[in-house]
Amino acid sequence: MPSQKTFFPRQVVEAGGNRWDWALLPLVLAVIVVMAFGARQMATPYQIGTELPISLDMSYLPYYLLRTTLRMFMALIASLIFSVSFAVLASKYRAAEKFLVPMLDILQSIPILGFLSITVTGFIALFPGSLFGVECAAIFAIFTSQAWNMAFSLYQSFRNVPAELAEASRVFQLSGWQRFWRLDMPFAMPALLWNMMMSMSGGWFFVVASEAISVSNQNIKLPGIGSYIAVAIEAKDLSAIGLAVGAMLFGILLYDQLFFRPLLAWADKFRFEEIGGGQEQSSWLLTWLRRTERLQTLGDGAAGLLNRSFGWFRRHHDGTSIKARALEPSQNLVRAWDAALAALILFATWRLGEFILSEVGLSEVAHVFVLGFYTLVRVMLLILMAALIWVPVGIWIGMNPKIAARVQAVAQFLAAFPANLMFPVFVLGIVHFHLTPDIWLSPLMIFGTQWYLLFNVIAGASTIPTELRFAARNIGLRGSLRWRRYLLPAVFPSFVTGAITASGGSWNASIVSEYVSWGDTTVQAHGIGSYIAEMTASGDFPRIALGIGVMCVYVMTLNHFVWRRLYRMAEDRMHF
Amino acid sequence: MNQTIVSLKGVVKSFSSADGAPRVVLDNVDFTLREREIVALLGQSGSGKSTLLRIMAGLVMADGGDVLYRGQPLYGPARGISMVFQSFALFPWLTVQQNVEIGLEARGVPAAEREKRAEKVIDMIGLSGFEGALPRELSGGMRQRVGIARALVVDPDVLLMDEAFSALDVLTGERLRDDILELWEEEQISTKAILVVSHNIQEAIMMADRVLIFASDPGRVRYEMRVDLPRPRDADSPEVRMLVDEIYAVMTAGRVRTGKTVEPLRLDERLPEADIGLMEGLLERLMDDPFLGHADLPQLGEETELTDEELLPAAEALALLEFVLLEGGDMAVTDLGKQYVAAEYDERQALFAKQLLKRVPLAAHIQHSLLQDPSGELKEEHFLALLRDSLDKEEAERVLNVAIEWGRHGEVYRYNYHTGMIQLPEADEITPD
Repeated sequence: MPSQKTFFPRQVVEAGGNRWDWALLPLVLAVIVVMAFGARQMATPYQIGTELPISLDMSYLPYYLLRTTLRMFMALIASLIFSVSFAVLASKYRAAEKFLVPMLDILQSIPILGFLSITVTGFIALFPGSLFGVECAAIFAIFTSQAWNMAFSLYQSFRNVPAELAEASRVFQLSGWQRFWRLDMPFAMPALLWNMMMSMSGGWFFVVASEAISVSNQNIKLPGIGSYIAVAIEAKDLSAIGLAVGAMLFGILLYDQLFFRPLLAWADKFRFEEIGGGQEQSSWLLTWLRRTERLQTLGDGAAGLLNRSFGWFRRHHDGTSIKARALEPSQNLVRAWDAALAALILFATWRLGEFILSEVGLSEVAHVFVLGFYTLVRVMLLILMAALIWVPVGIWIGMNPKIAARVQAVAQFLAAFPANLMFPVFVLGIVHFHLTPDIWLSPLMIFGTQWYLLFNVIAGASTIPTELRFAARNIGLRGSLRWRRYLLPAVFPSFVTGAITASGGSWNASIVSEYVSWGDTTVQAHGIGSYIAEMTASGDFPRIALGIGVMCVYVMTLNHFVWRRLYRMAEDRMHF
Repeated sequence: MNQTIVSLKGVVKSFSSADGAPRVVLDNVDFTLREREIVALLGQSGSGKSTLLRIMAGLVMADGGDVLYRGQPLYGPARGISMVFQSFALFPWLTVQQNVEIGLEARGVPAAEREKRAEKVIDMIGLSGFEGALPRELSGGMRQRVGIARALVVDPDVLLMDEAFSALDVLTGERLRDDILELWEEEQISTKAILVVSHNIQEAIMMADRVLIFASDPGRVRYEMRVDLPRPRDADSPEVRMLVDEIYAVMTAGRVRTGKTVEPLRLDERLPEADIGLMEGLLERLMDDPFLGHADLPQLGEETELTDEELLPAAEALALLEFVLLEGGDMAVTDLGKQYVAAEYDERQALFAKQLLKRVPLAAHIQHSLLQDPSGELKEEHFLALLRDSLDKEEAERVLNVAIEWGRHGEVYRYNYHTGMIQLPEADEITPD
């Protein structure tokens, strides 16, 4: 009988392997060659201060696309490694959890530019005379726009592993290593992949900010789509913007078809519940891969290696051994750890406060809080407006399953669209009609994040039980009653989820959307985003720190007092 | 005397609830599992029988007392002890074969031997042909077969079964049970002892050599019974029926005193978690044809197709409200019960309210507090805090929920889910006494 321990769930076709091998060979070789070329370009010699030429010539676009794609990929791998380490530590060790989870909460409310401004000089110093330092800074910036939600998702999944499965893995003597691969990781896989796709959109959204680094009076433009867009904006070249949009679309499509789609189709077997969202994922590439004999062997090899590793890292004693005795962590140690954490926090607060006060002064702190309030008002109003538009649209789409699947794919692409691409429209419009930037720049903030609202509402509407729909029609619910008693409560939980994502994203986006330029025209709105952007450009560290700190305070307060409560209310009362 | 495999001496276990008050689940429990015996643990949900099983599995550590497996103290799951789970606990992403092999894989058994041993068990348990299937492709009965094969493939000394058949329909469960008993009788499996946790009384009698009944608050062994009938046993034989009757009698003769000595409940007493619709239905059924006001519980269970887990709390609740009398596993409708069945809706409600206030101190206390309060409404936390003095958080919520539901039914008071307030009904709606 055939071996069951294959890497891919089943062999679709037994015969005719070689044909598929040959067809796939050029593709594999091409990918390897192109990756190697791109990777070599990353480590070319470089001196700080030299300008890297970015050409708006169309023929350079494929090369730029390659560089950007590679960077994103590396950032994704780094995010993955970070997420796994974070999730394992935080879910297995109580002491680590106490420290790591709040830290991640803070990290994710720090805007991406904040990280860049703090780390770029350090990275450059790490690899003197090579472009690799700057590359690292850019990759790190992308990483910060991808890692947090992946880490949280993984941590949540690890903690929510079904109790009986966890018990089974203990009864059957699985070691930590075995349990990780047999239980934790497979269980977390679908949610992780979904978050990776979201992260990728986030990475694209900030592609300009992370490649065209203009912090601390340095102006470095790494070859890539982001820099291409930045240069096109400086040169007021509309056709180049159009080309960049096309290249991005192509890049996102490639990622989707060659990377995410096959992974999603493969991860289908890790679905835990058979109910809900039963749309089967399919991928031509995965089907193709499963038909090739040689690549299949490669996959089997990897699986075989993993299986063999189970033999190396197994539990060598069982519950009758004295070694299995669970040692209660000493109360004194726990208390000492808590005290150390508290001391560290107090010390950091004190140092930060001293630093900001001595450099900036209290009146500016108050001023920044006022700026933060402007941005807060903007974010809340925009989410309200977006909700007024997208909730009805989303409900309508969600009730039509055929359209829903297609619109969701489009919405995902739109979420990846950098706001920078809309700069020309807004700047020209505001200058031409003499509009107030404080109002008319605002829509840019929600430009990329409103789509989360849309596709969450779509998802919510499509899970309304069919029987409830029939019942609503049967009773003859109509007009405002239909909305108040049936549709709005039904999509409320998914709306809250979408609004949380949209709100978080909008704060982050405020940095690129309150301080906007087209050529040499700069339009600026009053808000904390423009404050941070301005200070980052001039490299004023105390003020950057102040801006980031205040934004963190706003974001975390909002999360704690508004979103988390709404979320809990939705979980508690309005679900099927 | 057969050799002892697992022995528990003076085992104590309590779980601390969120507000710090510990709740004793097992209080000084002694238990031995010997070679060549099947033992069944019976008891209401929350009586600690599952905890006891998990202590023997090494999944839960006892707070006090000795847990010995083959004379050695147990600090975690032992290799010789295997377990079958209520909801199967299969890895959905592994095939049947991979699921069965997992215990061997964890031990580092080489692939070839693994395959051979798995194949043998798969054939024995009636799964051949399904090796490559994923669990989601199988029916519930087949899934539990995988769960059993996975537990047996490691040649366990002890097999623990945690309500292994309760997620299956009756026929499938019975077939699976008979298959296991057959393997056990013919000694096809190397297992030396089986411990079954169940809430199905008949299942326990059909399987076990010894039946232990657990009492709750706190958990301890209340009753032990030997079953010396040869296997296979016939469910319809008078011997089995007699034993089933006896256990029903023991299980219903608990806190609700039988006969005339009716003791009032304490304020914080656990209320049986019974559905009101079910209680009414049961009462009406009791007055109906074959019973005419008097029934033997096992027979009633069979007739109504209710599981013991549903039937017993409902019976207990009816007895608590003095609508029936429980004695020796029999149930007799009282005059009050007859009056209730004969009554129209409004009168039933009034009767229910009257009995509720008379017999359930918690309900009386809630009504009294509400009448004292000028606004006529109080937060549920007010009563939860009171219950939490002696119950843990979940238990307190459960008890209050029952009190709320019964109070709503009798229209003694109302409850608003959104605000968490308990209120008096509006004046014109208060049912006249």
